[in-house]
Amino acid sequence: MSTVAVKPSPAGKILWAAIAIVGAWCLGVVALRRGEPINAIWLVAAAIAVFVIGYRFYGKFINDRVLRMDPTRATPAVLRNDGLDYVPTDKWVVFGHHFAAIAGAGPLVGPVLAAQMGYLPGTLWILFGVVFAGAVQDFMILGLSVRRDGRSLGNMLRDELGPVAGVVAMFGVLVLMMIVLAVLALVVVKALTHSPWGTYTVACTIPIALLMGVYLRWFRPGKILEVSIIGLVLLLLAIWSGAFVAVSPTWGPLFDFDAKALAWLLIAYGFCASVLPVWLLLAPRDYLSTFLKIGTILLLALAIFLAAPTLQMPALTKFVDGSGPVFQGNLFPFLFITIACGAVSGWHSIIASGTTPKLISNEGEARMIGYGGMLMEAFVAIMALVAAASLHPGVYFAMNSPAALIGTTAQDAATAISQWGFVVTPDELLSTAQNIGEKTILSRAGGAPTLAVGMAQLLHGIIPGEGMMAFWYHYAILFEALFILTTVDAGTRVGRFMIQEIAGLIHKPLQHTESWTGNLLATAICVGLWGYFLYQGAVDPLGGINTLWPLFGIANQMLAAVALMLATVVTVKLKRERYVWVPGIPAIWLVVCTLTAGWQKLSGPISFTAAANKYAQAAADGKLLAPAKTVEEMQRIVTNNYVDAALTGIFMLLILTMLGFALNAIMKAWRINHPTAHEEPYVALGSVPTR
Amino acid sequence: MNLTNLQAIRKWAVQTARLCCGIPDYDVYVKHLREHHPDRPVPSYKEFFRERQVARYKGTGGRCC
Repeated sequence: MSTVAVKPSPAGKILWAAIAIVGAWCLGVVALRRGEPINAIWLVAAAIAVFVIGYRFYGKFINDRVLRMDPTRATPAVLRNDGLDYVPTDKWVVFGHHFAAIAGAGPLVGPVLAAQMGYLPGTLWILFGVVFAGAVQDFMILGLSVRRDGRSLGNMLRDELGPVAGVVAMFGVLVLMMIVLAVLALVVVKALTHSPWGTYTVACTIPIALLMGVYLRWFRPGKILEVSIIGLVLLLLAIWSGAFVAVSPTWGPLFDFDAKALAWLLIAYGFCASVLPVWLLLAPRDYLSTFLKIGTILLLALAIFLAAPTLQMPALTKFVDGSGPVFQGNLFPFLFITIACGAVSGWHSIIASGTTPKLISNEGEARMIGYGGMLMEAFVAIMALVAAASLHPGVYFAMNSPAALIGTTAQDAATAISQWGFVVTPDELLSTAQNIGEKTILSRAGGAPTLAVGMAQLLHGIIPGEGMMAFWYHYAILFEALFILTTVDAGTRVGRFMIQEIAGLIHKPLQHTESWTGNLLATAICVGLWGYFLYQGAVDPLGGINTLWPLFGIANQMLAAVALMLATVVTVKLKRERYVWVPGIPAIWLVVCTLTAGWQKLSGPISFTAAANKYAQAAADGKLLAPAKTVEEMQRIVTNNYVDAALTGIFMLLILTMLGFALNAIMKAWRINHPTAHEEPYVALGSVPTR
Repeated sequence: MNLTNLQAIRKWAVQTARLCCGIPDYDVYVKHLREHHPDRPVPSYKEFFRERQVARYKGTGGRCC
């Protein structure tokens, strides 16, 4: 479309210049001030300024020049309106829906882990990553899907890159999903290990959800908000009563589990939950976690603005050299792998080509929903980073380092961490644990507990009260666990359908989703796949997260690279080669990051193969390395590391294959002198009868 | 703020909250059926709700990590 050039008014120019100056000033303070701790408000203000400018200028540039979104063109929602899936919907409603779908536990975990390098690297990657990569991906995939009847990422890849590319990408999505489920479930395991209070409250969500399900089905059908309020009250009661359960000599031990037992419980739970009818357990918990998630994000924002905490973590720590305890590897490429959701997340390309493009009533609204929605998620990531960086660094490292490095007592941990240069006393570690109502805070990696402590301290600063910190801590844990369990349940179900479809190719009756044999078999396979990685994480010598999070990061960024490759191919196919760098540069950046990280995980000192060799060598010498207690356990660690290495290899092969397909399509399209993209034909909005 | 504004905000909030849970607007669907498929029976809200509830978990689940 020809963009109507509106000359900015003088007042407008002054306003944007002012935002730019304030933003640059705040960013300067965040980046350059050393020695004295800075207030989190500087960071938050810098983020808001960068996002607003990115949205106004770069987002608009992509809208007008690259995607050429056309407000006069009818969208799929208008053309195929069926009142159910395709419905022209108010843009704010679509925005809310889209944000709720993309914002998950991811942006709350990655930035917390990345804080080991200081707050600066993570902040800069989130700010610039989202403006130039993450939001570009979300917006462009949404734009492409809107022009293609709301088709899915897999379908678009098939159309534009060829049928084989589509199949390869979908295989990648299935593997990614299994890793996502395993890592998220591991976050829950880490948070609940030997925490009777936490385990009890999370266990309570099951009967609460069942009650809600029955209520919604038989007593008050469809009254979602009403039943969610009832559920919320019951949840708060569960948190409150958890304090008594935890100290009770009879009840406490019933909810006290180690990591292995929790992993088995989650696997069993995942199996049962995904074969039950959705209305009984999954749907009600989904409603509760959706509302709780939005509420908690608002609460976190409010807490940060009111408490205005000082960032206690230095801007840069010595761990930028790759020797950090939380995750291994140098700043490049591992920072860009560790913070996936929040800066750029491949998973969003599935949402942006899922329900959202079928709801947009006008192409002119796609920028706000696609680009704006992702900026909001980046803001959540910044808040998570602030919560982690405002903790005492000693407490942060105690919570996020594996037991292999800091030992299992407060005394050992304080000594080890103080030697790293973050002076902390055993008393400080013990009193933090006591304040949040737990026996220990050591080695609770995975983001959720750290964020929970950070949030509890912020909220406690605003609303003081005896024992309130423990309440807030368990509230935050419950929120993350509830959310993750819903994802595990829904993800297992989706995986089951995918597997049943594949199984149907071999033996037709297995395809029927109503068939109990097919259902149970496919669910067992699906649970087995993610359960394997979960269990492996629970017995991992480095605590699991340290090992599995890079795998998740590589897989997620790989999907983002594939989505951006699609956007690059289409840009060339539309003969807009001038703008090929818009999706092209972030695509190349992600390919470089994932391949470098993959290579370092395959060979070299921090690789899975090196870990496998270390344990194999020790086993051959007849020695036992912690945490293995038997020769069999040593052998299992060796096997697990080889499996991880093989998976890394598969991901690298996958991305190279997709790169080959993309380059081939780009070269073909470049030589042809007319557009070859598979867009649906133009239909004027005015020519469609109003529905 | 006047009453119509408040009502509009409430309607927006309810519609957004429901859509976040995968339940589209029932009134819009009924209107669509009446206008374009007068031959088809109009489901009750209960039936509509149950159908949508099951439909939500058949695709990719509609959520991120």
